[in-house]
Amino acid sequence: MLDKIGIAKRIAQEVQDGYYVNLGIGIPTLVANFVRADIDVEFQSENGVLGMGPFPFEGEEDADIINAGKQTITTLAGASFFDSAMSFAMIRGQHVHLTILGAMEVAQNGDIANWKIPGKMVKGMGGAMDLVASAENIIVAMMHTNKRGESKLLKKCALPLTGVGCVKKVVTNLAVLEITPNGFKLLERAPGVSVEAIKNATEGNLLIEGDIPEMSL
Amino acid sequence: MINKKVDNVTAALQGVKDDMTMMLGGFGLCGIPENAIAELVKIGVKGLTCISNNAGVDDFGLGLLLQKRQIKKMVSSYVGENDEFERQMLSGELDVELIPQGTLAERCRAAQAGFPAVYTPAGYGTEVAEGKETREFDGKMHVLEHAFKADFAFVKAWKGDAAGNLIFKGTSRNFNPNMCGAAKITVAEVEELVPVGTLNPDHIHIPGIFVQRIFQGATFEKRIEQRTVRTK
Repeated sequence: MLDKIGIAKRIAQEVQDGYYVNLGIGIPTLVANFVRADIDVEFQSENGVLGMGPFPFEGEEDADIINAGKQTITTLAGASFFDSAMSFAMIRGQHVHLTILGAMEVAQNGDIANWKIPGKMVKGMGGAMDLVASAENIIVAMMHTNKRGESKLLKKCALPLTGVGCVKKVVTNLAVLEITPNGFKLLERAPGVSVEAIKNATEGNLLIEGDIPEMSL
Repeated sequence: MINKKVDNVTAALQGVKDDMTMMLGGFGLCGIPENAIAELVKIGVKGLTCISNNAGVDDFGLGLLLQKRQIKKMVSSYVGENDEFERQMLSGELDVELIPQGTLAERCRAAQAGFPAVYTPAGYGTEVAEGKETREFDGKMHVLEHAFKADFAFVKAWKGDAAGNLIFKGTSRNFNPNMCGAAKITVAEVEELVPVGTLNPDHIHIPGIFVQRIFQGATFEKRIEQRTVRTK
């Protein structure tokens, strides 16, 4: 089974040379740490920066340079700043190649819910609805089950939706799955996790074709 | 040169009244119009509708107006990190309209640019699209979102001049340029008001035509919300 770092490491393998990538808050933010050093990638943060770098050294924080998680950051050579409308022009206009974000639920048709639990938690969607409505490639990073042990990969989302039919791939602590017209297609198992365990933790249709390889991290 | 300079924040906020709709720039606490917010608290206007990506934190930014119950309605994309906000929202004291961040930016820009409404794919099939016109373009569904109508836009820039020209710094730019000229009156507060003619016209982010009043802020705390560092 993977921890959050493991999920981030596996997703980092999906990042390809020449990609502009938007990383959501949480596990997705960690992905930046594990992208291969021999490829050129730029990270976009929707609050208005392209070419995001690591956190600043202590004492070098700048209140005017933050990411969408409101964390102080640095920029790399070639970076640029822009306003919010231009930022979402990059996203809506499909100039950003890959979006990686977290989710509370994903449905087998690619629906995603991640912004609201009625009566309990309403923090808002931020840029998530714009990202999922437009991105060509969306990978969800999340735990396979919630804290009560219930599956987060469902036939149909129960929570209010963030977007419809948009998720392409899900990487969890147990597996890598692709969204297909017939449901979640199991691509890889996490180290030490059986197909049976993934089956038990998946409420939506799970397609298992042939031998399912273990992830290499 | 048409002079937009006013002496101070008090002069800049002339005409602000109860029940008005205000746009406020900023992302989190980054690039917020701190001086205008402090003055709104001081004036004590009530029943405000505030269009702003976030709602500040409990003791800074728009949180200061929430504390004094001066806000009737918030239009935002993300409102975490504010307990008082959550309390007022759950108790029904505060009306909250949550909208996608890109839609928020574009509804500002549409108001600035004279578009009555725009179609966006964001939010289609979700509760955000309920009751709104939808239309298919090239096989994809879109939602019609209307331009905002606001009385005042309060923005914060790094440098500006008396002509109202503005230059922003880093990610404190965010929604500020999109709100300039998107309300009846745009008030810009700058860290440094420089003599007219010293800013290179090629470097201006927002031309002065979009700004009605400009002043140099007395103080800028520029509080950091999440101080994250690495060790050497």
